[in-house]
Amino acid sequence: MAESEVLRAPHTIEYTYTRSVGPVIGAFLTGLRDGKILGATTGGGRVVVPPTEYDPITSEDVGELVEVGPSGIVTTWAWAARPLPDQPLDRPFAWALVQLDGADTGMLHVVDAAGPEAMASGMRVTARWRSAGDRIGHLRDIECFVAEGARG
Amino acid sequence: MSEPVTMLETPIRIDYEFTAGLAQSRYLKGIAEGRFLGQRCPKCGKVYVPPRGSCPTDGVPTTDEVVLGNTGIVTTYCVVNVPFQGQSIEIPYICAQILLDGANIAFMGLIQEVPTDEIRMGMRVEAVWVDKKDLGPTMASVKYFRPSGEPDAAYETYEEYL
Repeated sequence: MAESEVLRAPHTIEYTYTRSVGPVIGAFLTGLRDGKILGATTGGGRVVVPPTEYDPITSEDVGELVEVGPSGIVTTWAWAARPLPDQPLDRPFAWALVQLDGADTGMLHVVDAAGPEAMASGMRVTARWRSAGDRIGHLRDIECFVAEGARG
Repeated sequence: MSEPVTMLETPIRIDYEFTAGLAQSRYLKGIAEGRFLGQRCPKCGKVYVPPRGSCPTDGVPTTDEVVLGNTGIVTTYCVVNVPFQGQSIEIPYICAQILLDGANIAFMGLIQEVPTDEIRMGMRVEAVWVDKKDLGPTMASVKYFRPSGEPDAAYETYEEYL
């Protein structure tokens, strides 16, 4: 049997988990749906974004949730030259840790930029939101971040 | 505003291009013709279905092709009562290991047209295929197995395959 007679077919494995998010991440996601980014305050006075249910340093419960952003600075970034299917943007973009104004941690998200030369650690970016009707309570309710002052 | 968010869907998806290989391609082309093809080991004589192209015991190529029967024996089975996402068959249904006549290994098949409390080890079953025009190189060509009406097989005839 010739090699050309070997059968091939696409084979997709897909399983969608539905997970309960708990009180803190639930509040964070609810905030996203409402167009707000929430962080958790810790006993040490730090603000963790996205919020965790416990202080990552002392393991104590976190305190109240406070609104941060929607702008901040890129602390580190990596250029994604060839986006994969289902990634946040269908064109080259930057993965970035964004430290939002009022936050003490970086949040992983993407920055829509023309190219790696348009990216720099320390640059200021701001959230570009999906329209209110399209937001569902998901990190992708923030479509991406864009350079502050750029037309979003 | 509406209710707080309590649940999150996290899809995980992997896209493969599956290559069946020589032996399984032969098998699937047999399926497209409405028959089960196995391959025999030249050393131990065992017939494997679906064939993988070599004998797992002797490690030699299984070059001898064998046309297997449309009937076989239920060696073991499981009645599925648990619903799950993406389920395409109405529960309860029966999933069985079926030893085709002429084969030396059982494979998994769906059993229909029998009440779930009547399925038993040793039951003789036959494959029910889709309409001829719908046959293709896919296991979806075999709709299911159903009782053939023959007397049950004696335990000794299939105990080696449990």
